[in-house]
Amino acid sequence: MRLQYPTHIHIIKVPCSGRVDLIHILMAVEQGADGVFVAGCLEGDCHYMHGNLFARKRVERAKEILEKTGVGKDRVEMYNLSAGQGSRWAEICREFDERIMKLGPSPIRLAHEKKAA
Amino acid sequence: MIKATPKPLEEIIDFVKDYNKILVAGCDGCVTVCEAGGMKEAKVLGSALRLYYTQAGKDHEVVETTITRQCDKEYLEELKDMMENADAVVSIACGCGIQYLTENYPKKVVFPGVDTHFMGINADRGLFEERCAGCGQCVLGTTGGICPIARCSKRMLNGPCGGSEAGKCEISKDTPCGWHLIYERLETLGQMNRFLEPVDPKNWRSSRDGGPRVIIREDLRKAEPQHGSAH
Amino acid sequence: MSTKTPSKLEKIMAAGHLGVTSEVGPPRGADGAEIDHKAHLIKDYVDAVNVTDNQTSVVRLCSLASCIKLKQLGVEPVLQMTTRDRNRIAMQSDILGAAAFGINNMLCLTGDHQSFGDHPTSANVFDLDSVQLIQTVRLMRDEGKLLSGYQMKVRPEIFVGAAENPFAGPNVELRAMRLGKKINAGAEFIQTQCIYNIPKFKEWMKIAVDKGYADQTYIMAGITPFKSLGMARYMKTKVPGMDVPDNLIDRLKGVPKEKQADEGIKMAIEMIQELKELPGIKGFHIMAIEWEEKVPELVQGGGLYPRPQV
Repeated sequence: MRLQYPTHIHIIKVPCSGRVDLIHILMAVEQGADGVFVAGCLEGDCHYMHGNLFARKRVERAKEILEKTGVGKDRVEMYNLSAGQGSRWAEICREFDERIMKLGPSPIRLAHEKKAA
Repeated sequence: MIKATPKPLEEIIDFVKDYNKILVAGCDGCVTVCEAGGMKEAKVLGSALRLYYTQAGKDHEVVETTITRQCDKEYLEELKDMMENADAVVSIACGCGIQYLTENYPKKVVFPGVDTHFMGINADRGLFEERCAGCGQCVLGTTGGICPIARCSKRMLNGPCGGSEAGKCEISKDTPCGWHLIYERLETLGQMNRFLEPVDPKNWRSSRDGGPRVIIREDLRKAEPQHGSAH
Repeated sequence: MSTKTPSKLEKIMAAGHLGVTSEVGPPRGADGAEIDHKAHLIKDYVDAVNVTDNQTSVVRLCSLASCIKLKQLGVEPVLQMTTRDRNRIAMQSDILGAAAFGINNMLCLTGDHQSFGDHPTSANVFDLDSVQLIQTVRLMRDEGKLLSGYQMKVRPEIFVGAAENPFAGPNVELRAMRLGKKINAGAEFIQTQCIYNIPKFKEWMKIAVDKGYADQTYIMAGITPFKSLGMARYMKTKVPGMDVPDNLIDRLKGVPKEKQADEGIKMAIEMIQELKELPGIKGFHIMAIEWEEKVPELVQGGGLYPRPQV
């Protein structure tokens, strides 16, 4: 299909979105990611029954924590799509990339860079 | 076991915002089971605090750890070095653990990171229900194994009151009437005669009403050496 | 039956007359004159007047003070006391205070949970429950003792009452057993919850008669007239332990709005007349909520007037 999506999106593969814990999302932000999204299977289609539903709840918790710590809730998002929806994948990547570009660099990354300089 | 829930993050941030070196101390006991104060929760709180300090441009050092039990002196000793290094501590153990930690490190500022609620059971993941009020004089033997003190909103010993309706308590349709449950059990057990015999006023001295409680189990205490007996 | 106290209510029922009580809800403020006003409306039509104790957990002028006011007006009070707000120290103290003012009737209640009222954030007490309060008053009166065992020189002379709700859960049988328990604890009269579901009430009364409870205590049927269709619906859906059958709602629906109050009074009078004939009924407790001026009409309509002199 040769679908194009932004190259600076770093993909971490997990067997199921249910494997993604709250701390993983927070650690990514802590280490300087400008945004994190979790892509799970379509709701109702989880091979492990509830994995993607757990993932959604954790993303919601992460949003709450990021909002309360001043990082902003929009830097995290949950998406659902099936393995067959390649074009949707590319679309989500572009959509999320656009959102993060609008938000600009994460204050955490800026703080790290300032310290390093 | 003891049930607790995490305090709102903004409340914890408000506690620690003027300190830089923070220890988040979890407990591997009850609060791990109810997912409020174990290692996982310590890591998340630690991460959240780092995010807060970083975006606020504040120097900081946040360390997370847990110990086997914060209600035991022996385990609290393991925290010695970390405690020394911290300006402030957020303990996410239950109210007992938080206090015993404070008692053992009296010069440290310790904040609670959880709200401690009750003694209860794990009805389901994320669903905890109170069962025991710790009154110090168990009445379960006469109430079919269901506690009227913990499970009747009016802790009545002669229920059900006139507000019991369709098995629910008058305070809410989501709250089972404790005495309705007792009724069902006693009927099953063939002990309905209990509903005719008034239960006398309770001695609440063994409950919280008697002041802070202490248990001394002489059979478990270390024996004192006997002096001047043999020679 | 012989009498044990100077209570007029007890004397009337002991003499074989149907007793009639009503109630006054004290104001949510310091207006003592309102109690006088309400008492004057009903005093010649009832034997005694209950004063509610912070009903539905809403703060009101205190029941004991209101009872003293009634007493000063020459009206016989029934002091309602809930165990929600006072421990055994405060309750025994209030009982002695009441007795010192010549208050000779008490209704022992557990009380609505405070979450219903205007102070839902308050702590509750519930040191005793209603059954234990009955036991306490009887101990004080019959043996002259406090719960501590302290022997008093002067005993409170109180006719001891309790409430029972035949319509609450789990079922009529258990509610009748609970009546039995209250009698075993020492309840000498019972004022029932407002009756609307007559068939269910009759079921409960039948058990009370069959088990002999109706001979061991004076059962007074609780009557509350509907002021409007809205009130009937509210009682049905919002008040815990209240059983309002649909046919009563339909009857109110069937009359124009401005006639609903009259219909409500008519329904209550019919109920009194029907229940008067029911074996085991020894009196009526008429609770005209914020509608005290209608009590004379209900008492007269029910054929309960004039009141006997004892």
